[in-house]
Amino acid sequence: MTTNRSIRVTVNGQEYQREVEVRMTLADFLRESLDLTGTHLGCEHGVCGACTVLLNGEAVRSCLMLAVQTDGASIETVEGLAPDGELTSLQLAFQQNHALQCGFCTPGLLMTATAFLRETPNPTEEQIKDAISGNICRCTGYHSIIQAIKDVSQS
Amino acid sequence: MGISAKETPNVCDSNQIMKPPKFEYFAPETLAEATALLAEHGDDAKILAGGQSLMPMLNMRMVRPQVLVDLNGVADLGGVEQHLGGGLTIGALTRQRELERSPVVREAAPVISAAMPYLGHVQIRNRGTIGGSLSHADPAAELPALCTALDAQFVLTSSSGERTVPARDFFVTDLTTALEAQEILTQVRIPPPVDGSSWGFYEVCRREGDFALAGAVCMVHLDASGTCQDARIILFGVGGAPVRADAGVGALIGTKPDAASLQKAADAVSQELEPPGDIHASAQYRKEVGGVVVRRALAQALEGRSQ
Repeated sequence: MTTNRSIRVTVNGQEYQREVEVRMTLADFLRESLDLTGTHLGCEHGVCGACTVLLNGEAVRSCLMLAVQTDGASIETVEGLAPDGELTSLQLAFQQNHALQCGFCTPGLLMTATAFLRETPNPTEEQIKDAISGNICRCTGYHSIIQAIKDVSQS
Repeated sequence: MGISAKETPNVCDSNQIMKPPKFEYFAPETLAEATALLAEHGDDAKILAGGQSLMPMLNMRMVRPQVLVDLNGVADLGGVEQHLGGGLTIGALTRQRELERSPVVREAAPVISAAMPYLGHVQIRNRGTIGGSLSHADPAAELPALCTALDAQFVLTSSSGERTVPARDFFVTDLTTALEAQEILTQVRIPPPVDGSSWGFYEVCRREGDFALAGAVCMVHLDASGTCQDARIILFGVGGAPVRADAGVGALIGTKPDAASLQKAADAVSQELEPPGDIHASAQYRKEVGGVVVRRALAQALEGRSQ
């Protein structure tokens, strides 16, 4: 029984080749194998959105994919947003609007909002609410997050 | 053994971090390979499509398949095609997000476009597939009810050939369909829209994107005088499989639907429902709300929002 496979993935612009056990989730691969622990794991069954990453540009739950399925794919994680330490306008807007408290949900929200804003640069408030409905935050009450996304879309 | 966790950074084999149970993984590139794998492994195999239902079940170890057959690499299983007559053929691996955005779906089966935003969240729809949702057959899922209301046909393929099963005969009960262990749902065929028919979709859930506590899809066909010639009302979340609410249809046919007849139809549906109760909603609540969603879906159809 072959339980390991070699995969080649591009993560935040860097190519990696790794051997993975086929049952390893993408989230665990990013965190444990690549040491990219910015991707957070909350529920691990697709409800909380904390582990959201971009797969070929689309927001997906990394706990609901196997690492082996990303062979040949391009992945963006929160670490890729500010590779040189200079925050993106979205990250700055989160900071300025206090759009995070404990920060656990923040990587997932940033990745969800990043994909959303690429596709919908000038969203309505309703569209923003709909876009982030798959990301649970237990601290902020969401208003500051919505405001942050609104700010960056208007800037 | 000693401490080993981070000593081999290129191979990650720590059992502590593995959520899913062990399985053998196959990623066939053709449908023939995929069906051959299912013929060989049968009940021991599970098909992985979008993974948005199967992966949680694996992560929680509610299922422990020996073999996983990943369809994502199979050529020609996705995509939406419109026929000359106006009907659609939808490949099983078509993502829900594609259904949501497809202009062809919006034209030929607008009720699907309208309902997709209610299916999970965007991250789920980016991966989740129509074939996966139908084969999984969650009682609260939208797509089984939509396909039943649209009188869709499903193509089931195995190594010994294919057969076509109408949606109304496909869903047996909770998570149980007419699929045999060696079969794959490969195509969804949706007939062309009927002239003069309109549709409605309504669901009630606790939070946006949650599973519906109760929902309804309806198709209503009025003649030139505004008299209801035909209708179909399908509920979800109120039984093991999509529930045909023929009592509600009976209350509409031959009438010129108005607020009073919609209420009558809703009451007739509610009366016949025998929904399950669980921690999300009691049976009594679902019975009541089942009538409400029917009334609102019918009202939407008659408002002509479906044009």
